[in-house]
Amino acid sequence: MDFRIIRAPALQRALRPNIWDVVAFVLVIGTMVLLVYGGEQTTLPLSTLDVAPVSLDPGHLPLYALRTTMRMLLAIVCSVVFTFVYSAVAAKSRRAEMVLIPLLDILQSVPILGFLTFTVIFFLNLFPGRVLGAELACVFAIFTSQAWNMTFSMYQSIRNVPKDLEEATQSFHLSGWQRFWRLEVPFAMPGLIWNAMMSMSGGWFFVVASEAITVGNTTVTLPGIGSYVELAIEKRNLPAIAYALLTMLIVIIIYDQCLFRPIVAWADKFRFEQTASGDAPTSWMLDLFRRTRALRALTYPFVALNRAFSNMQIALPASMRFHTKASGPPSRVLDVLWFILIAAGTGYAGWKIYRYLSAHLALSDLYTAVGDGLVTLLRVVVLIALASLIWVPVGVWIGLRPKLAERMQPIAQFLAAFPANLAFPVFVVFIVHYGLDSNIWLSPLMILGTQWYILFNVIAGASAFPTDMREAAGSFHLKGWLWWIKVILPGILPYYITGAITASGGSWNASIVAEVANWGDTHLIAKGLGAYIATATAAGDFPRVVLGIAVMCVMVTLFNRLLWRPLYAFGERRVRLG
Amino acid sequence: MLDAANQAKLIDLRSVCRSFPKGSGEDLVVLEKVDLTIHAGEIVGMLGRSGSGKSTLLRIIAGLIAPTSGDAECRGETIQGPPNGIAMVFQSFALFPWLTVLQNVELGLEALGIESAERRKRALAAIDLIGLDGFESAYPKELSGGMRQRVGFARALVVHPDLLLMDEPFSALDVLTAETLRTDLVDLWIEGRLPIKSVLMVTHNIEEAVLMCDRVLVLSSNPGRVAAEFKIDLPHPRKRLDPAFRQLVDSLYAHMTRRAEPKAPPAGNIPGIGVGMVLNHVSSNVLSGLIETLAAPPYNGHADLPVLAGQLQLEADEILHLGESLQLLRFAQLSEGDLVLTDAGKRFANLETDARKKLFAEHSLNYVPVMALIKRVLDERPTHAAPAARFRNELEDYMSEEYADETLKTIVSWGRYAELFAYDEQSETFSLENPH
Repeated sequence: MDFRIIRAPALQRALRPNIWDVVAFVLVIGTMVLLVYGGEQTTLPLSTLDVAPVSLDPGHLPLYALRTTMRMLLAIVCSVVFTFVYSAVAAKSRRAEMVLIPLLDILQSVPILGFLTFTVIFFLNLFPGRVLGAELACVFAIFTSQAWNMTFSMYQSIRNVPKDLEEATQSFHLSGWQRFWRLEVPFAMPGLIWNAMMSMSGGWFFVVASEAITVGNTTVTLPGIGSYVELAIEKRNLPAIAYALLTMLIVIIIYDQCLFRPIVAWADKFRFEQTASGDAPTSWMLDLFRRTRALRALTYPFVALNRAFSNMQIALPASMRFHTKASGPPSRVLDVLWFILIAAGTGYAGWKIYRYLSAHLALSDLYTAVGDGLVTLLRVVVLIALASLIWVPVGVWIGLRPKLAERMQPIAQFLAAFPANLAFPVFVVFIVHYGLDSNIWLSPLMILGTQWYILFNVIAGASAFPTDMREAAGSFHLKGWLWWIKVILPGILPYYITGAITASGGSWNASIVAEVANWGDTHLIAKGLGAYIATATAAGDFPRVVLGIAVMCVMVTLFNRLLWRPLYAFGERRVRLG
Repeated sequence: MLDAANQAKLIDLRSVCRSFPKGSGEDLVVLEKVDLTIHAGEIVGMLGRSGSGKSTLLRIIAGLIAPTSGDAECRGETIQGPPNGIAMVFQSFALFPWLTVLQNVELGLEALGIESAERRKRALAAIDLIGLDGFESAYPKELSGGMRQRVGFARALVVHPDLLLMDEPFSALDVLTAETLRTDLVDLWIEGRLPIKSVLMVTHNIEEAVLMCDRVLVLSSNPGRVAAEFKIDLPHPRKRLDPAFRQLVDSLYAHMTRRAEPKAPPAGNIPGIGVGMVLNHVSSNVLSGLIETLAAPPYNGHADLPVLAGQLQLEADEILHLGESLQLLRFAQLSEGDLVLTDAGKRFANLETDARKKLFAEHSLNYVPVMALIKRVLDERPTHAAPAARFRNELEDYMSEEYADETLKTIVSWGRYAELFAYDEQSETFSLENPH
């Protein structure tokens, strides 16, 4: 075979535009115009929000959706930048790692919505009288919901870069900077993208929740789908809520098709495997852009720029490169100093928290918060159990039917991305109408958005269950309970646990918006830690917000450490197949 | 034939030592006082058992790790970090799965800051040379193992290194592919078409070393030292069935088995004997199978190792592991490249499963000190149970953590087969309880 024939079109692509160029061009320019338009809105003075308040006219919804989406995108960009810096520092410096990684672990379990109180005030003060401040507060809230798991994934990837590839980069004289862009980032890419996708799904929930926020006397309402729904609740307008749900549905479909599928399909080449396996993910959008000619030519400068960027000769400090003479143990003295520094910092912060809280609160407040926390804990446990009872059988049933699983899997993932809080009013109307006990009937809202994680993980687990084991079970006449307990449940356990961990984490967070609900001037409150934090936030009672967040943090962390982690380790060790 | 410039020393190692810190405090010595010189124009092979530190030595030359003491020089300059003019080929290929063949090959040039037209030209030339044309835009996962290693070679050759380092480059390939690649490489070398001056390759395949190298260094194990040096003057292309070739292979085998023979047990805590013996994990099934093969015709209890290795498709290293395990259990005896079944071994071959287990139990208690130790501890303890950590700690006084793991794994599997004791993986405890 003459390779020249194969190589020629790849290297000297014709520049004449084709039909795909036209389609893609319109899409690109359209997106740019929308971004610029949306961006202009954010620099206006804060008073414009009062002049042009959110209106329930469905004609405004596309614009609101655009604003909401832009906040999301900005937040994910921030998260990616943060991820690169934080995880690189944590993975390369042993001393930084000692602090950064436990910190990340805690940040993962902090209820983000509780933060809003502080961030809104901080950013409003940073840009007094500008919409930008409120916008940034909202973006920051989304960022705090997205960044941590992405950072964790990247950090773990960098730590687990295969040794032979690392030696190859050293042996071929790649600089530390080149190694980061040529080896570590690509290697981390699949995990990072999967986590970014999960983060984005979670992010919709928070962007909607943080657009209309009241802190004490300050109420900020940023134009967006979240504030539209907020207004609809206030006005008791059920059709408007239906419009909002529909808009969100469309937005998520567009975002899935135009952003995430192309990225996932593109990133497939970064999967670290030595043999091609299974079907590669596809995306019509990516195919469209790959078929264009002229537009691709336009990207060449960017490719070249990217190459130049990743090839920049930036040397790391000598200490991080070659350890001449088998390096002895790292300096003890510096370690001790470092520990003292950390201990002093922690002690000081702890003392400050204690001083602040004890000045405003009594011990009985702590009991109240912990008591409320236990109530919420009970809710989470019961709801996860109920959701498991429903979705595990359903998921297994779907997962064992490949054709059906193929169709249901994206739907389950899509449902997980849909911000469930938009649908809350529908339930609240129901509760108000029938006069139901809010302590019980508000609870399902907590798991409304997060139960899907259980479903799609179980589907994934059941789909991956080896056929030969199913056949073996069949030939030994294993049926009924025995089949569930001995065959399928152990088989899907690691997947189920992954789903349940995500669902329970999400439910804790959702409790802050789910345990308190309004419909017009009817207020429903369910006793719990979420309601505790939400009420304190609305009242601008900062000490109680801090206390509530701290208690939730501790409970979530304990719950994870004492229950989920051991379960997960067990699942990984004993029943991981293959 | 060699002029002065050709005789210049490319690599010069003088009394290089390397040790790694060990859990119990003392360092584990992997390389001890190694002297090694590589001149221009030769292919040098480094042959050694696992644990002989041959990969460590290669990485010291590659500048990937530093020696604990001694001098390592490349063209008269101390090696600090990967030196210029040295490129490496990896056992696992170490290709970047997200880069195409062409991009993988260009990577080394990019790091050198060579401008793109020149880069492309040289990369295509290297791809052409190594027989990869047509595959430029393929991703590594689309290629077979042999093609992947060709990319590994092209990537190393494209930087025009003076010295090409190869870390068991053919051991991850199947027999046929490896052979093609070897002969292709030797042909290119003889024709002088490789843009390199010398090759240093690490291998545990004796025939491979004899087939390709001008000079073979045999490394001894624990700690690694250069135990012997063989010059190979056979003209290329070499034929495996050539009597001179066979004789060289036999003498290398003999040399390596001689190193493996048990020495008189010295006094004191010395690694390699007593409880501190490293046990390579060999399944009892494989041992039984080997004993049966040895007992049956054509061997009738006496086999020539290279022949046996050829029949079983095993590398020298693997067949030696098996032979040593049998020798340790006194089922067979290694001597001068032969494996001879003992009377116990012959008896074993004719027994039924349960009787085999009994014999195996008896031999492992008598001849494997650590098995006897565990049995004794379990018998003495009122609970008849002991945590694995207790024995692991004791093992780690003599060996690295990996070897302790390997040894423990062997103990567990042999102990289970012999029904000497049970092991619970989850709580990591040995006990005398067997489920009835």
